Amino acid sequence: MSLSLPRTPLQVFRDHLRAAPGRMVHSAFRTGTPSTDRGRSSFVFGNVFLHLHSVRTHRWSLRWMTTAGLGIASVAAFLITLVTGVLLMFYYKPYPDVAYDSIKDIHFVVPTGRFMRNIHRWAANVMVVTVILHMARAFYTASYRAPREFNWLIGLALLVTTLGLSFTGYLLPWDQLAFWAITIGANIAQSPREVTDALGITEHFDPGGLQRLLLLGSDTVGDEALIRFYLLHVMLLPLVAAMLMAVHFWRIRKDGGLTKPADVNQRLGPPPADVYPVFTEEPVKTYHLAAIVRGRTPAVGSGPEHTVPSMPHLFYAELGVLMLTLFVCTALALVSDAPLKELANAQVPENPAKAPWYFLGLQELVAFSAFMGGIGIPAIVLIGLGLIPYLDREEEGTGVWFGGPGGWRLVQRSIAFGFSAALIVESIAIRFGWLREWFPDIPQLVVTAINPGTVLTLIYAWYSVWLVRRYGSTRAGALGLFTCFLCGFIVLTVIGTYFRGPNWEFFWSPADWPGGH
Amino acid sequence: MTVKPGATRSRLDPEPMPRRDVLGLLSLWSMATALLFATVGMFRLPKAAVLASPSKKFRVALPDTLAAGEPFVPPGRAVAIYRDPEGVYAISTICTHLGCIVHATTQGFECPCHGSGFTASGEVTRGPAPRALDWLQVSTSGGLVTVDEGVTVPSGTRVPV
Repeated sequence: MSLSLPRTPLQVFRDHLRAAPGRMVHSAFRTGTPSTDRGRSSFVFGNVFLHLHSVRTHRWSLRWMTTAGLGIASVAAFLITLVTGVLLMFYYKPYPDVAYDSIKDIHFVVPTGRFMRNIHRWAANVMVVTVILHMARAFYTASYRAPREFNWLIGLALLVTTLGLSFTGYLLPWDQLAFWAITIGANIAQSPREVTDALGITEHFDPGGLQRLLLLGSDTVGDEALIRFYLLHVMLLPLVAAMLMAVHFWRIRKDGGLTKPADVNQRLGPPPADVYPVFTEEPVKTYHLAAIVRGRTPAVGSGPEHTVPSMPHLFYAELGVLMLTLFVCTALALVSDAPLKELANAQVPENPAKAPWYFLGLQELVAFSAFMGGIGIPAIVLIGLGLIPYLDREEEGTGVWFGGPGGWRLVQRSIAFGFSAALIVESIAIRFGWLREWFPDIPQLVVTAINPGTVLTLIYAWYSVWLVRRYGSTRAGALGLFTCFLCGFIVLTVIGTYFRGPNWEFFWSPADWPGGH
Repeated sequence: MTVKPGATRSRLDPEPMPRRDVLGLLSLWSMATALLFATVGMFRLPKAAVLASPSKKFRVALPDTLAAGEPFVPPGRAVAIYRDPEGVYAISTICTHLGCIVHATTQGFECPCHGSGFTASGEVTRGPAPRALDWLQVSTSGGLVTVDEGVTVPSGTRVPV
C-alpha cells in the first residue's frame, strides 16, 4: 500500500462493486467457509435448514444399526412425492372424466410426465414401507420409552397421515381401480351404521353416514368426492404431515437425541483415531437456560463427550440415505409403470376391486364384516400402539434391538406364533366359511362383531397377557403383541394381494381366475 | 403482584394470576368461545346441504317379453325391476356391505366385491352384507314404470300394473 491520494467517489464505487459478490455470499452465510470444526459448527447453528440438527452428533446415532436410516428415508420419500406431486399438478385436472384424460396426457404426451408419475407413485409406496419399518425400529429398540412417549404418538399420527395421503391419491386418476377402491373406502367410513342399524338408532345417531357425507360431499362418488380428495391430497394432508414432521424432529432434539442404551459409551469403546475431535472428559457443568427452566430435561448432565461434528459426519449419512431413496424410487419408476385402468364406470364394479396393497390386509378383514374389519380392529390397534409407552415404564433394554426381557428369542417365538395363528384362522375362514355359513339365522350384530380379525386379535391379546405374566414384564408382552400384529398384517396383506380373485374368492394363483384374467 | 411483607417468594416462582385480572380472563374466554364457534362453523361448511347427485327418479318401459322373476336392469341404473302376476317391484342392486353393484340373476343376487349372496327377494344368504337389499318405491302410469332410488319401501311391496 503506497501513500495514496484521496480516492475518488468513482474508485470507491468500483471497489464496492468488486466486493459485492463476496459480500453477498458473506451476508447469506455469515460464518464464512466452514473449513474448521468450529466453523462448521457455527455454520450448522446459523443456518435455518441445518439447525434442525444439533451441532454435534453422538457416535451411537451414526451407527448404521441404530436407525438403518429409516426416518430419513421416509422424509426423503416425502420430499420426492412433494416435488413430483407439484410437477404433476401442472397438468392434472380434478374433474371426473377430465381427470382421467389428464392422467392419460401426463402418461403419453407430457414430456417426462410418465416418468414423474411413476416416481410419485413409487415414492409414495416406498414412504409407506419406510414409515412402517421406522415404527418397527422405534418399537424394537424401545425408543418409545420416557421421555419419548409423546413423539411416539406424533409418529402414529404421521403413520395415519401417510396412509391418508396414499389413499386420497388413489382416487385421482378416476379409473376403475380408483373409483371402486374409493367407493369401498367411503362405505367403510359409513360402516358404523352396521352397529347403529342393528341397534335401531341410525335415524337419531348416524356417525357412519356423517363420515361418508363429509368424505364424499354427496351420496355417490362423483365430482364432489374428487375435488375433496384432491384438496386433502395436495393441501390439507401435506400441511398436516409437514406440521407433524416439524414437531417430530423438534421433539427428537428436545427428548435428548436418538435413544441410546444406558451403557452406550462402554458399548462404543474408544473413538477411532480418524473420528476426531471427540470430547472424552465428563462435563463439569451444563447450562440449560438455567434461570427460567426448572426440572430435569434430557440434556441435563450430559456433555459433548463421544460426539462428533454433525457437519460433515451426520450430513453425509443423511445425504447417503436420501440418494439411496431417490435411486430406489427412480429405478422402480423405470421398470414399472403406475397402473391406469379403464375410465371409471359406476355401473360395473371392478372385479376384484382391490385397494392399494397396504390396505389389502384390512380389505381381507372387511370381507367378513365391514365395521369390525375396517374401523373396529384398526382403532383397537392404534389405541394399543398409543398406550404402549404409557404402560411399559421399564428401563431394561432401552436403545438396544429387541431389548427387554425375552429379547430376540421371544421375538422369534412370537413370529412363529403370530404367523401360525393368522394362517390357521384365515385357513379356517377360507376353507369352512364364517359364521353366516354355519348359522344362517345368526343375529347381524354377532356377524359384525366376530370377524376372523376379532378372533385373531383376541388370540394375540391372550398370548401377550400370558407373556406379561411369564416374564413379569409389560415390555415382554408388548414385544410379543407388536410382533404378532406385524405377522398378522403380513399374512392378511399377502392373502389379500395374491390369493383373492373375483368375488373375493380364494385362488392359489391369478392364472386360476375365471374369465381368462 | 406485590409480595406481602414477611412472605418469601423466589423470583423463580411463577407469578400467580392476579385475582382481579378481569380483562385478561375476559379476553381469554372470548378467544376460547370464538375458537369454538369458528371450529363448529368450519365443520359445518363441508357438510353439504344440497347433494349434487344425479336425479334419483327415472321412468322406463319394461320389455313386453319380461318373464316373472326375471330382472330388468335399465342401462345406467343400479336397480333391478321385476314384473310378476301380483305387480311390479324394484330392488336396488347396491350391495349393503360396501356399495358394489350386485349382479342380478333369476336365482338372486351376487356381489363381485366380497362375495355376498342374496335371495331373489334380496335377503342375505351368505357373505358379509349386514342387511337385505333395499326395495325401492315404484309407481306405474300408462305402461311406464317410475322408480325412485331415493325412497325405500318394505320388502315385498308390489304395485299393480
